[in-house]
Amino acid sequence: MAPILQLKGITKQFPGVLANDHIDLTLNKGEILALLGENGAGKSTLMNILYGLYQPDEGEILVNDKKVTIHSPTDAIKTGIGMVHQHFMLIPVFTVTENVMLGSEPVKAGDFLDRPKTADKIREISRQYKLEVNPDDRVEDLPVGVQQRVEIIKLLYREAEILIFDEPTAVLTPQEADELFLIMRSLVKQGKSIIFITHKLREVLDVADRITVIRRGKVVGQADPKTANKNELAEMMVGRAISLVVQKEVKAPGKIVLSVKDLVVADQMKQMVVDHVSFDVHAGQVLGVAGVQGNGQTELVEAVTGLRKSVSGSVDFGGTEITNASPRKITSLGSAHVPEDRQADGLVLPFTVAENLVLCTYYQEPFAKGVVLQYDKILENSISLVKDFDIRTPSPLTAVGTLSGGNQQKVIIARELSRPIQLLVASQPTRGLDVGSIEYIHKRIVQKRDEGCAVLLISPELDEIIELSDRIAVMYRGKIIATVNADNVTKETLGLLMAGIVPEKIESAPNGEKVVETTF
Amino acid sequence: MNKKNIEKQDFGKVVLNEIVGGDPKAKKQKKSVWKAIQIPVLAIITGLFIGAILIAATSETVYAAFREGFFTGLGQAFKEIGTAYLALITGSLGNPVSIVAALKSGDAAAIRSAVNPFLESLVQSTPYIFAGLACALGFRAGLFNIGVEGQLFMGAALATYVGYSITGLPVYIHLPLAILAGALGGAIWASIPGILKVTTGGNEVINCIMMNYIAYRITTFLLTGPMSRPGTGGMPVSPIIQKTAEIPQFFQTPIRFHAGFLLALLVAFAVWWVLFKSTWGLNLRTVGTNPRAAKYAGLSIAKTTILGMALSGALAGLAGANEILAVNRSMAIGLSSGYGFDSIALALLGNSHPVGVILAALLFGVLKNGATRMMVVSAIPIDIVTIIQALILIFVAAPAIIRSIYRMRKVKEESIATVTLSSWGGGK
Ligand SMILES: Nc1ncnc2c1ncn2[C@@H]1O[C@H](COP(=O)(O)OP(=O)(O)OP(=O)(O)O)[C@@H](O)[C@H]1O
Ligand SMILES: [Mg+2]
Repeated sequence: MAPILQLKGITKQFPGVLANDHIDLTLNKGEILALLGENGAGKSTLMNILYGLYQPDEGEILVNDKKVTIHSPTDAIKTGIGMVHQHFMLIPVFTVTENVMLGSEPVKAGDFLDRPKTADKIREISRQYKLEVNPDDRVEDLPVGVQQRVEIIKLLYREAEILIFDEPTAVLTPQEADELFLIMRSLVKQGKSIIFITHKLREVLDVADRITVIRRGKVVGQADPKTANKNELAEMMVGRAISLVVQKEVKAPGKIVLSVKDLVVADQMKQMVVDHVSFDVHAGQVLGVAGVQGNGQTELVEAVTGLRKSVSGSVDFGGTEITNASPRKITSLGSAHVPEDRQADGLVLPFTVAENLVLCTYYQEPFAKGVVLQYDKILENSISLVKDFDIRTPSPLTAVGTLSGGNQQKVIIARELSRPIQLLVASQPTRGLDVGSIEYIHKRIVQKRDEGCAVLLISPELDEIIELSDRIAVMYRGKIIATVNADNVTKETLGLLMAGIVPEKIESAPNGEKVVETTF
Repeated sequence: MNKKNIEKQDFGKVVLNEIVGGDPKAKKQKKSVWKAIQIPVLAIITGLFIGAILIAATSETVYAAFREGFFTGLGQAFKEIGTAYLALITGSLGNPVSIVAALKSGDAAAIRSAVNPFLESLVQSTPYIFAGLACALGFRAGLFNIGVEGQLFMGAALATYVGYSITGLPVYIHLPLAILAGALGGAIWASIPGILKVTTGGNEVINCIMMNYIAYRITTFLLTGPMSRPGTGGMPVSPIIQKTAEIPQFFQTPIRFHAGFLLALLVAFAVWWVLFKSTWGLNLRTVGTNPRAAKYAGLSIAKTTILGMALSGALAGLAGANEILAVNRSMAIGLSSGYGFDSIALALLGNSHPVGVILAALLFGVLKNGATRMMVVSAIPIDIVTIIQALILIFVAAPAIIRSIYRMRKVKEESIATVTLSSWGGGK
């Protein structure tokens, strides 16, 4: 049988970058094809071409052996191609049904929208593919994982045969990711075909039927997930051997740098989301905060970095009280912050890479003299950081919004780590990064720790937390329900703690530190 | 190792080219300049083309000629359009024949009236430049300042007051004082919606519109009451400003060309410098483009927003002060022909860039000035020019029309680099 989709010689040139260089790709009916490649390799570009968002400069697309031209997402849908975007395209105040209807509204006689009919169809689809949703829920009330299901239902509702998932798991908790994989499996079992992009090698090995690797815009190889291993794949992607384990020496912690006492933070709805949390982070120590997303980590970080006012409690940084201080004050005291949502908080997308690299410091020497910006210094700074952190950009004067997702993250990391700091608050610092970059950024974080910097690391990735942290605090429903030593904790124990279950006996830390600080 | 080296070299070259616009990129640069101006240019051409059709379609004589025969009609139509546009051009830029003749004759008065059309266009452009800059600066700061008109009136009122009430100052103190008073009036008026926005979340668009109404009424009250000219029997005009507060005009009648135009260019340069070369401007643009990232970067959204409104208002106030101090020399109710509202269009046409605003303002000045002449010569209503202006703006505001007319390829990919007017529609 002919493959359902064939790409032949797809080429796309952007100013200064050849994003796709004669890419050939085949997708067979009923399979999951994983697309692997380092940041900026051209995966998203290729998928956007397939989805009609970009036009290729060269090459052709064949669906079921017939040549097609795709000028817009509408064309793509008509050809049976659908895409689940990394940033969802849902309208928060609409219900699931209304969101699914949008753009292809069925009408009853007399021009009324036929909601019940759509709702029924949604129920049918969700039964058929095991996509649990309630058609009447409002989208804004749904967790991210369920919102993603709505996106998938939208495509199935429009009868898409080829589904594209561009880094779908970057926004999911590991549990949600596992659920997504079940859904993907059930989709292909029923004849759909999937292209799946991710940077997580475990996921690739778990779900893919076939792997295609892209590097610098070219297809560099194929792999079989049944026989391949992580190290091989990593090497294929990056073109060199990658160490997936972090080298870290045991170090005696220094003095207390960040001390949080009895902190209470409320969210927009005035719900208490951080509930009397206390902890210390020492110089030369990484404190990891583990927990299922949405248990107060985001608000905790915002309170510590000055982005959100706390209700009560205190935060002390290097002997200075910074409770409810402005972000600028906290930054100028020597703290750095890698924010969770890079596009919303960390970057100004239409600004250049150079400008974004001084986003927190442009008002200071040497980047400004008085009020006069010193663009030559700003440029010099960016040239060296782009090189140091291997940011793939055509030039430092490119708008940061045109960089690939992973390279945008590198801009933030470069900016924050290149300052002299005593405290680093990092929320999901390696989200969306390829293995090579993760290795590099982990190294830099450990290096900061070794230089005596205190690090507060927030990540839903257990591997990352365990690899990097010296101590791990587990957050559950706004409380820190346990603090454990990272050396002798297992993933299983952490998993239980994250679910709110405190085992009877947690192995106690060698230095006699009190390990279970609060229980319920 | 080797690979890294190559990369490094390439990289340096790329940067260098970006800075100096070196030759490998020269071609690309030209292309991108064309890219930046192609929509406005095509919009102007299309607007004039449709204007031509309207001129023919609204002319009685053309209809009469068509009744005689198709080709006679067509001929008459072209003749009408020709006369009209010729009048538009000579009325706004001058007639080369008469300029040459005047120069030959050496008669000063003749020369003056021959070159006047062009200089008069510059006079007409001046308030547009100030007002357009006001709006453009607002857009860059993420603010939709639709209150330029009201700020212009308040600026004008304050400048007028300082202009006539203070006596005995030398020019070099009185004139700057009066100009600053204009800026101050606009700034104060604009900061009110700014303050309302940051303290109460009140939408600046709505509040600016309301502030416009209040400004009209206040100025009417002032001109008929405290600031009315004695002996006019309650006519809404102010006393004439002192000689020491006048922005100088350079030539004798009929040329009204004055130093305000040069001031406008200077201010445009200053706005450009502030926006793109100073930390203040980067603050404004950061808040305007991504308020959340601005907060993260440690900026105070509240302070920056108020400052943005105030600066925008100051520029609007300058537009008013300029009209009083350089042209009218006293304040009357009909001070503005809607400069405040046109300013939005100007900023849009000029892509919120000072250079673009100047060009757009020149276009508006030329059209406005030429339209008067066109009306005199060919009895074509001045409204045609208003329609042409409106068409041009529609085409600029909805570039998809121009793209589909000229079958241009969509440039979605570049859209990220263009200015984002996050405050359009006034949302937060
Ligand atoms: N709109 C654009 N304008 C200019 N350059 C672009 C644009 N979109 C992508 N690029 C460039 O094309 C290259 C490929 O980007 P792409 O987003 O496809 O990478 P990716 O493989 O998806 O990477 P990531 O894993 O980091 O998401 C990058 O160098 C990027 O800078
Ligand atoms: Mg991508």
